[in-house]
Amino acid sequence: MNIFRIIEQLSEVDADTLGRFDSRRAVFKTLGSTAKRGALAAAPVFVASLFQKAYGQTAKPTVVEVLNYAQTLELLEEDFYKKMVAAGQIPTGAPKAAIDLILKHESAHVKLLDATIKALGGTPVTGIKFKTSAFPADYATQLVVAQALEDTGVRAYKGQAGNLMGAMAGTTNLLQVALQIHSVEARHAAHIRGMRQQTAWIQAADSSLPAPLGPAYTGAIRESNVVQSNVNITNQLANPYSANDAAASFDEVLTMAEVTDASRAGGLIGA
Amino acid sequence: MSKIINSGGDEAEFAKPLYVPIKRRSFFMYAGATAGATALLLSGCSDDDDNGVTPAGMVNLGAGDVGVLNFAYALEQLEAAFYARVKASPASDFSATEKDYFVQVAAHEAIHRDFFKAAINRDAPGKIIQDLTPVFDTIDFTKRASVLSAARTFEDLGVQAYNGAGKYLKTPAYLVIAGQIVSVEARHAAYVRDLISNGSFADDSIIDPITGLDKALEPTAVIAAAQGFIKEKLDATNVGK
Repeated sequence: MNIFRIIEQLSEVDADTLGRFDSRRAVFKTLGSTAKRGALAAAPVFVASLFQKAYGQTAKPTVVEVLNYAQTLELLEEDFYKKMVAAGQIPTGAPKAAIDLILKHESAHVKLLDATIKALGGTPVTGIKFKTSAFPADYATQLVVAQALEDTGVRAYKGQAGNLMGAMAGTTNLLQVALQIHSVEARHAAHIRGMRQQTAWIQAADSSLPAPLGPAYTGAIRESNVVQSNVNITNQLANPYSANDAAASFDEVLTMAEVTDASRAGGLIGA
Repeated sequence: MSKIINSGGDEAEFAKPLYVPIKRRSFFMYAGATAGATALLLSGCSDDDDNGVTPAGMVNLGAGDVGVLNFAYALEQLEAAFYARVKASPASDFSATEKDYFVQVAAHEAIHRDFFKAAINRDAPGKIIQDLTPVFDTIDFTKRASVLSAARTFEDLGVQAYNGAGKYLKTPAYLVIAGQIVSVEARHAAYVRDLISNGSFADDSIIDPITGLDKALEPTAVIAAAQGFIKEKLDATNVGK
């Protein structure tokens, strides 16, 4: 099987073939290491999964699927903050008040999404819990996870905006509702980051942090990205800007597959 | 195979996540189509619906997607001008960290302004609104409290503006860009609010305590709120239409 020939042929009929893969380098690197391992027997499976990844996600999810995806994240956040409150290590005063406020919003989002999914005739997802074994024992690490959850949530909602264009529930515009949740998650993220002496906005260097924070800022489009709609922000605008300012001035999307990946929120869901 | 690699260009280009170029390419396709569609739409309207200064002396933000982009560009011009003043002569009672952070915020807003200018000129040539003249008479730039109060107004308004205008965008790529910017505005808003009163980043005055939703404002309401800070009269009645 000549994978390169297949890709080349595909690229002749579909100019975006290579664009569909994570990155050119990643594709060829993975192929190289697979070959080195001599896993020739597994090659057809590997190739199949490669194309599944590249072409399998083009089907647009339904509105209910998007809302249930959002609900999954809201339930995860809600349960996390409930566990955080129950753990009893949040300092009284401003920190406790902030976590209580954030938990209140997550619970409100859960109720809102539950009602909306039902109104659309769908079945709301339930029973999503933050994996007990993944819950940090100390307050400082709890805040780290909170930051990862909030910044991931911001990216997740952003990633679904396009799938909610024109979506309505009665007279309610669901894209607008999603945006109204999205900016609340961003406010939460900003405050949690402040509780950790971080800037409210995402620094380019965050994309290089170790887990669990790092994966929240990586993906097909990393938060350190400085190119927006084919314009390099650092040197193609009327004024020059630093790479860090360019990265921080735009947040980036995560796809559904990226968010539910075990390295991100997907790995935090459990019993 | 060499053909494939060559299409990647240099090393930096080669390493780029390629989801981005897909969007870039489709963005151009959409953008081209949108610009054409917008031109058609505009040509079918009366002169009053055109962009630029109308006979009445108003700056018309325009219609359709380009109207939304001009709407965002107007707000970003305002924010960028505000923070440029803050950066150039920060209030003496700002801490060193606050000064540093507002230099970063100033850069973000200047980037948003410059980005919209470049994007509109590229995708809808001739449709961009003029440079606006900010009016900051009511802001005392020498006082931290006055600057923070104005910053809170601008940032919360920015969030509400994008939240309300997103539904009027017909081009998915523009919607993603708006989403990428609004969350940064929300981060600014939360930061400024916490500086004014720690814990007010998302308090009940700005986030509905029952639904947990941030606010969303229609473009005309946003412009009405912003008009006091802009010398030129803005007309947002056709934004997104």
